[in-house]
Amino acid sequence: MVALQLQSVGAYHGRKLFVEDVTTPVMKAGEVVAVIGPNAAGKSTLFKRITGLLKGPGNIVIDGAKTKNAITYMPQDTSANAVLTVYESILLARKQGQSWAVGDRDLIFIDEIMRALNISSIAFRDLGALSGGQRQLVSIAQALSREPEIILMDEPTSALDLHRQVEVLDFMQRQARSKGMIVMIAIHDINQALRFADKVLVIANGRMRACGNPRDVVTVDMLRDVYKVHARIEKCSMDHDHVIVDGTAH
Amino acid sequence: MAEIAALQIEAEAGRERYRALARRKLLILAAMTAALCLSFAVDLAWGPARYSLGEVIAALIDPSSVSAQVRAVVWDIRMPVAVMAIFVGAALSVAGAQMQTILANPLASPFTLGISAAASFGAALAIVTSISIIPVAASLLVPVNAFIMALIATLFIHFVSQMRGVSVQTVVLLGIALVFTFNALLAFVQYLATEQALSAVVFWTMGSLTKATWPKIWMTLAVVLIALPLFARNAWALTAIRLGEDKAASFGVNVRRIRLETMLIVSLLAAVPVSFVGTIGFVGLVGPHIARMILGEDQRFFLPGSILSGALLLSLTSIVSKSIIPGVVFPIGIITALVGVPFFFSLILSNRSRSW
Repeated sequence: MVALQLQSVGAYHGRKLFVEDVTTPVMKAGEVVAVIGPNAAGKSTLFKRITGLLKGPGNIVIDGAKTKNAITYMPQDTSANAVLTVYESILLARKQGQSWAVGDRDLIFIDEIMRALNISSIAFRDLGALSGGQRQLVSIAQALSREPEIILMDEPTSALDLHRQVEVLDFMQRQARSKGMIVMIAIHDINQALRFADKVLVIANGRMRACGNPRDVVTVDMLRDVYKVHARIEKCSMDHDHVIVDGTAH
Repeated sequence: MAEIAALQIEAEAGRERYRALARRKLLILAAMTAALCLSFAVDLAWGPARYSLGEVIAALIDPSSVSAQVRAVVWDIRMPVAVMAIFVGAALSVAGAQMQTILANPLASPFTLGISAAASFGAALAIVTSISIIPVAASLLVPVNAFIMALIATLFIHFVSQMRGVSVQTVVLLGIALVFTFNALLAFVQYLATEQALSAVVFWTMGSLTKATWPKIWMTLAVVLIALPLFARNAWALTAIRLGEDKAASFGVNVRRIRLETMLIVSLLAAVPVSFVGTIGFVGLVGPHIARMILGEDQRFFLPGSILSGALLLSLTSIVSKSIIPGVVFPIGIITALVGVPFFFSLILSNRSRSW
């Protein structure tokens, strides 16, 4: 079973150390970790560092991975004007570094992912003809087609409607549990993070503020310090914690 | 239960449909190959000297069965031109296709970004002054000079396009600046040239396949054969680059390495034909667009498609160049420019936000 831990991890953007000193507890297979923080806090930078696309100090410790390419990163930018169908774009994500031949196993796998994400109906549409939400779902399918053990998703639900947001987060949680995957999701909706995440990592100004159990991490004080908002955390009738924002704090 | 069965069918339909589409693309490639063979045959049969199709076929199959004149016309005059049209068209079209891919720029081609102009200047320098940029055998002076100048122009475009904030349009404008620069340098070399060298350079800048000889043909073929396996090996990665740099990198593609590698091969593909047959514009722009329109951008189909469309385009142009005025063979570069310019306009004026 795969496990991931960050030890004093930092990341360079050019020559500037954009993210520094991120140390987490061990993230285990089957866990969903929400990465939250204000805009430009360093969430994407941290993900790129973990994936190896950026350099920086510290150790990224991966234990028990079955393959060399255990990590897949799903970037935020999903715009593409390539003349490719959705199906082809998912296939090419899966086939990177492999031969030209496309086997039945590849196609069956892609069919299953598309069905699970409910995008079979747009399989043969051109990428350029998709809506923002559809592009995001295709991006998720591309990332999953690589059969990652650790998946880093950069705001995967930002363009999705409420139904699709819940559907995708629920799906990713089930994927994590059933496939023993570690799912890290950068997300702005703190209530979704509270609902789906096993751990929450808070990052602001390139530094980690907290990482751990959502209830311990998402606090009124943290929301005031990091997001500059007055907020309450109250239980709903289903006994889930909910963040209610009353206004900005100056 | 019925719902699950329906979903099962839907999923299987996806797989089947993909296979059907892939088969259709293979059929299109086969049809393009057949069209190319036909065009090649017509190119051989057509010319100022009117021979019957039977005579041409006989000259091809059994040269000893026809008169020496027919043999000479078919094998020594028409054959090199017809074969060169195919190889040059293929080389320029693939070069254009990969430039468009890695620069994410539909207007990119060796001609529009000044790489052909750079190669022209390098070759003219060799013809007029016999100055070599690096020491090589005299017979290789022209192609090597052309290649080095093309390489300089290509690397310049490559590195500028890597800079932050450089848009698609900036790269095209930069290409135009390169065209002007190298044309000015070419004019300078022409001004210094002797009358004999000058006429050689001028005729050569028009781009004509009549300069084709067998050694030049083999060398062009060799360049294409070196380039293709390298592109083929990177087919999935090159396709991924069209989804954006971040996306490709997230799939494990070393974008920087693939870009540089591709640009180096592209400069070779663009320079060698130019150094042999002169400047032939727009094949490298139009060829890939035709391939993209009918086959999409999966490089497993797009790459052979670009080769075939470029080869077919230049082979057909070769026929046209002989047909406008009977008895006169126009320099092929003039025809491709006349056909290519309206296409270039339409690309610039078409809505940039839509898919290519």
